[in-house]
Amino acid sequence: MALKPVTFTLNGNAKAAFTEDGQNLLDFLRRSVGDLSPKYGCGQGGCGACTVLMDGAPVLACLTLAEAAQGARIETAAGLAGAALHPLQEAFMERFAAQCGYCTPGMLMAARALLDRNPRPSRDEVIEAISGNICRCTGYEPIIAAILDVAEGRVRA
Amino acid sequence: MTVHRGRGFACINYPIGMNLGGDPSQALVHSNPDGKFTVALSAIDLGQGMKSVTRQIAAETLGVPIEDVYVDTADSDTGPHDMGSFASRGTHRMGNAVIMAAQEARAVMLEAAAEELEVDAADLMTDGRGNIHVKGAPSRSITTMAAAQAAQFRQGRTIAGRGIFLVPLSEVDPETGEMTPVTTFAHAAMLVSVEVDDETGEVTVTDMQSAYEVGRALNPRLVEQQLRGGAWMGMSHAAWETTEPHYPSRDHGPVDFGTYLMPGPGDLAPHHISILERPAADGPFGGKGPGEMCANPVLPAVVNAVYDAVGVRIDSLPVTPEKVLRGLQANGGARPRHRL
Ligand code: FES
Ligand code: FES
Repeated sequence: MALKPVTFTLNGNAKAAFTEDGQNLLDFLRRSVGDLSPKYGCGQGGCGACTVLMDGAPVLACLTLAEAAQGARIETAAGLAGAALHPLQEAFMERFAAQCGYCTPGMLMAARALLDRNPRPSRDEVIEAISGNICRCTGYEPIIAAILDVAEGRVRA
Repeated sequence: MTVHRGRGFACINYPIGMNLGGDPSQALVHSNPDGKFTVALSAIDLGQGMKSVTRQIAAETLGVPIEDVYVDTADSDTGPHDMGSFASRGTHRMGNAVIMAAQEARAVMLEAAAEELEVDAADLMTDGRGNIHVKGAPSRSITTMAAAQAAQFRQGRTIAGRGIFLVPLSEVDPETGEMTPVTTFAHAAMLVSVEVDDETGEVTVTDMQSAYEVGRALNPRLVEQQLRGGAWMGMSHAAWETTEPHYPSRDHGPVDFGTYLMPGPGDLAPHHISILERPAADGPFGGKGPGEMCANPVLPAVVNAVYDAVGVRIDSLPVTPEKVLRGLQANGGARPRHRL
């Protein structure tokens, strides 16, 4: 099987790794690059747990070819926090928006993408943005509330 | 097409834990030389907050800051025995075991401190901020770290404790069938409002009102989180989810998230939750367990609400549009119940 080099940035850092033909971005990030923050929920685009940002747009890493990351800017939940937690992470904690936490990295990245393109979303826009992300535990309401807290400036930036 | 509104009520008595051969949990607590404590449990935190609650319980019992307690769970190879995380038993069973273990460890910690301060252990108290001092004389004090180090390096003592909570197996009376399988019940009541479309059979939950009696809410935010999430899962089971849509035939069973239907964030109904606290006599600091019963009352409440709205009595879950339509057909149309 032919190995292909992929060079890209992961959370702002230059990265290079080999991918195999047909490998998806989720498997590539988790196994070849070692970023375990995107989660495998279904492997077929049904749950959103693998959501990462590619050049600022949310993609389902399980449905994206690793090769597509060539030259791209990839962002994952592992890169959200700097010296301090990202406001979304603060808000998720404040609102108790995670229980098992399996959906959380995908939810955070879906929310991040929304706020980047629309800093003051309505409740309906928040719901729309996370509607591809399944959460078994929380009943969604705490997650929606956390995202709105950030959008409406109730969390320190 | 008409949309009919209905309301349905259900309530529940939920037994905490189970009793098929006794229901034990063990806990081990020990201090490290830095004066911090490790609690070892074998039950797992599935996200319900068991680690947080047992940490609170251990800190409160030991009399040390919560930051000084670490809860280590879920290695059943090396940890003390536990039946597991199910039946809403975590707070109640493990919490009681943690209290017992922490009391024993606290007693040794006070003995170690007493030896250093040259006083009687019975005259000592903890301030919950990492100090142990003589009652009435706060200046005669030693930190928990210094006491732990003295125990470890000078006195040759282990600051440790063992705990178990066991609800013994309840025998069944062969004459009457009577038994006492449960020591504690939690309770809840739920009122659900629905709209039923008599053309499509679609049921929309528009409002949920609930009251849950959970003993003492040891961590109120975690309790509310669990009730909110669990009730939504109950709602999802009531109206959407099934692995066996044509039971007992396995045909057309869902195989993935594309065919296993679940409501998403766009389907939410407002849910107003009241938490009633009535501390349980045998609960750790009065706690019971909100775990499973947060989901249970939603299902009958939805079924009752559909009956109220259109007079169709659904007797198998989930309440799908097809079942509602078949019921409407059998009844010759919607028959909303007369409002009281
Ligand atoms: S793992 Fe990618 S959508 Fe489920
Ligand atoms: S927190 Fe468990 S799936 Fe969302």
